[in-house]
Amino acid sequence: MTSFDFFQVVIYLAVLLVLIKPVGSYMALAFADTPNGVNRIGGKLEHMLYRLAGVRADDQMGWKRYAIAMLVFNLLGALAVYALQRLQPWLPANPQHFDALSPDLAMNTAISFITNTNWQAYGGESTMSYLTQMLGLAVQNFLSAATGMAVLLAVIRGFTRRSADSVGNFWVDMTRSTLYVLVPFSLVIALLLSSQGVVQNFKSYVDVPLVQHTTAVETVKDAAGNPVKDAQGKDVTQSSVVTTQTLPMGPAASQIAIKQLGTNGGGFFNANSAHPYENPTPFSNFIEMLAIFLIPGGLCYTFGSMVGDRRQGWAVLATMLLIFVPLAYGAIAAEQAGNPALHGLAVDQQASALQPGGNMEGKETRFGIAASGLFATITTAASCGAVNSMHDSMTPLGGLVPMWLIQLGEVIFGGVGSGLYGMLAFAVVAVFIAGLMVGRTPEYLGKKIEAHEMKMASLAVLVPCALVVICTAIAVMTPAGVAGVGNPGAHSFSEILYAVSSASNNNGSAFGGLSANTPFWNVLLGVCMYLSRFLLAIAMLAMAGSLAAKRHVPPSAGTLPTHTPLFVTLLACVVIVVGALTFLPALALGPIAEFLMSVR
Amino acid sequence: MSKLLRNALTMLVLMTAITGILYPLAVTGLAQVLFPSQANGSLIVKDGKPIGSTLIGQSFDDPKYFWGRPSATSPQPNNAASSNASNLGPTNPTLTDAVKQRIDALRAADPGNTQPVPVDLVTASGSGLDPEISPAAAAYQVDRVAKARGLSVSQVQAMVAMATTGRQFGLLGEPRVNVLKLNLALDGR
Repeated sequence: MTSFDFFQVVIYLAVLLVLIKPVGSYMALAFADTPNGVNRIGGKLEHMLYRLAGVRADDQMGWKRYAIAMLVFNLLGALAVYALQRLQPWLPANPQHFDALSPDLAMNTAISFITNTNWQAYGGESTMSYLTQMLGLAVQNFLSAATGMAVLLAVIRGFTRRSADSVGNFWVDMTRSTLYVLVPFSLVIALLLSSQGVVQNFKSYVDVPLVQHTTAVETVKDAAGNPVKDAQGKDVTQSSVVTTQTLPMGPAASQIAIKQLGTNGGGFFNANSAHPYENPTPFSNFIEMLAIFLIPGGLCYTFGSMVGDRRQGWAVLATMLLIFVPLAYGAIAAEQAGNPALHGLAVDQQASALQPGGNMEGKETRFGIAASGLFATITTAASCGAVNSMHDSMTPLGGLVPMWLIQLGEVIFGGVGSGLYGMLAFAVVAVFIAGLMVGRTPEYLGKKIEAHEMKMASLAVLVPCALVVICTAIAVMTPAGVAGVGNPGAHSFSEILYAVSSASNNNGSAFGGLSANTPFWNVLLGVCMYLSRFLLAIAMLAMAGSLAAKRHVPPSAGTLPTHTPLFVTLLACVVIVVGALTFLPALALGPIAEFLMSVR
Repeated sequence: MSKLLRNALTMLVLMTAITGILYPLAVTGLAQVLFPSQANGSLIVKDGKPIGSTLIGQSFDDPKYFWGRPSATSPQPNNAASSNASNLGPTNPTLTDAVKQRIDALRAADPGNTQPVPVDLVTASGSGLDPEISPAAAAYQVDRVAKARGLSVSQVQAMVAMATTGRQFGLLGEPRVNVLKLNLALDGR
C-alpha cells in the first residue's frame, strides 16, 4: 500500500467525522414534534400533505398499526413501480422507445427498489424509460430510505417512551424524513455532481462521429434466436464497421444523488458509479462516497441525542469504525498488490508517480486503486451497493472484503435507518451476553431486556444469515442457478454466494459476471430481498412496542455501561463472531479457495 | 382498512409528485442554468456539431493515435449506449489470454519497444468507456505515435502534457491523460 492510499482513507474519515455532528443534530430537529427552525420553514407544506392524505399528525400508533402502515405503503409503491415498467412503451418520456420489461424482471426490480436493495438485473440506459426511472425508481430511492428512517425512529422511541402503548406515527416519520432530510440534501448533492459532469437533461441520446472507426462483432442468430454454429462448433460471427458513438443522456444527477444518499445504489447507467456520466471526477467520487455514510453516520448522533445520552451514539459509531477501517485498508492493500496471474507477463503493476498500478481490471483510471478500494468497502459496509469498480474482477482477498461486509448484516453504517436498527439488535444481543456472564437481567438504555426482546433481536440477526445460507444452497443445487455463472472454478461459487448475500442483506451490488436476468434468479432474489427487509423491520418494531410499554430502570451499580470502550469492543466482537461463524465455511469454498489457488 | 388505503395511496401520489417530478425538474432547471455544458454531457463541439465527449472514451488501434483503456462493451468496444465491464475474475484464464493479446497488439504496433506495459493499458475499465489512461500508459506510447506521425518525441510529449490532469485539488484520485482530447489535438482539430 502506498502512502497516497493511506491518506485517501484518512481524508475521507476526517471530512465524514466533521459532518456527523451538524448532520446528526439537524436530523434530531427535523424529526422533533416541538417547534424549531426546521419545521417552522417546512411545517406548512408538511401539514398540507397530512390534510390531503387524511392523516392526523397527533395520531399515535401502536407497533402493529405502524408496521401495517409501513407494509401497505411499500406494497403500493411496489405495484406502482411494477406497472410503470410493464406499461412504459405506452407512457410518455420514453425517447428511446424501450419495450415493456418481462414480468419476472419487473417484479424483481420493483421489490429491489422498495426494499432499498437496488439489485439490478437490467442495464438502465438500454432498458428503462426516463419516466420509469423518475416516477418509479427515483421515487422509491427516496421512500425506501424514508421507510428505514421511520422504523429506526419507532425503535428509538421504544427506548425513550415509558409505559407507553405507541411508537409514533408512520406517516409523520416518513414525511419528515423525506421532506426535511432526503430532498434538501439530495438537491445539494445533485448540483455538486452536476458541476463535475454528471448529466441532467431530458434529451434524446446524442450521436457523435468516431475519430477512428471501429468494428462491431456480433454472433449470427437463426430465426429462433439461437446462435448459428460453424463446422468446428464455434459461434458464427459477422463484423460491421461502426462510425458513430451514441452518448446516453437523461436526468441522472438527481437520481444519483439520492441513490448514494439513501444507500440505495441503483445506477442510472449499467456501469453504475464507474460510468463517467455517473461519476466523472475524483471529486464527484468523494461526494458520492461521503453521501453514502452521511445519513447512517449522522443518525448515530441523532440516536444519542434522542435517548438523552450522546455518548451512546458515539459508542455505536466507534464500533462501526472499529470494523470498517481495517477492512478498508485490507481491501486497498489486496488490490494494490496486483493480480498474481499477470506476474509472468510483460505487465507493470508497480505503483509509481505515473500510475496507480495494482489490479486495474474493472477499475477506472481516474479512481485508481485507493478510491476504488475505499468505495467498494464503503458501499458494502453501508447497504448502498453502488459500485465504481467491478467487484467481480477484484483480487480474491480484495473481493472477500465487500462480500463479508455484506454478510455481517449491513450494520457497519448499513442502510439509512436500517443499519442503525440492525446494529441496535446486535447491541441488545451484546448486553444479553454480558448479562449471562454475570448472571443479571440485562438492560440497555434504561430498559430491561427480557425473553421477548431477545427473541426479536435474534430474529433480526438470524433472518438474513439463514436466507443467505439456505438460498445459496438452493442455487448451487439447481441447474438454473448454476447456469448463469460467468467465471470458472471457485470464483463461480463466489458469484452465487455474493448475489444471494447481496439480496438477503438488501445491499444490491453484484459480482456482475453472474447473468441474473432469468426467471430463477429474479424470483429467488426477489423473495430474499422482500423477506429480509420486512421480517427484520417487523421484528424490530415488535421489539420497540414491547420496550415502549416497559418502565424505565434507573442505572445501578450492576448495570453494564454501554458507552465505554469495553462495550464497543464487546459489540464489535458479537458482530464479527456471528458473521465469521456463519459464513467462514462458505467463504472458504469461494474467495479463500481462489486465493490459495492463485498464490500456489 | 379503507382509511389506511386512502392514507397510503394519497401519500404515495403526493410523495411521487415531490420526489419524482418537482425534485428532478428543480435539479434540471438549476443544472441547465448553472452548469449547462456539464449537464448536457461535456460535449466537444466543432463547427456547431458535437464530435465527442471529454468524458466518454473512444476506441483507437491505429499506431498514429494514443490507445485508451481496453473496453469490454459489445458488440463494439466503447459502445456508450451499453456500458459494461468484462467481470472476469482474477484467476480466469480468459483474462490472462486477453491481457496477452493486448500486449501482443501493442508490441506489433511498436516493434522494438520492450518495456513492460503499464497495467491500465492492458486491462479493461469498469465502465468500458474510461476516457483516460495513466501518464505511464501515455509515456509508453509516445515514441510510437511520434514515429507514425513524423513528429519529434518532445513535440508529442508537450501535447501529452496538455492533455494531462493532476490529482484533483492535489489530493483526490489519480493523475491521468484524456485520450480523445489528445488524439484530437494530434489531428489538429
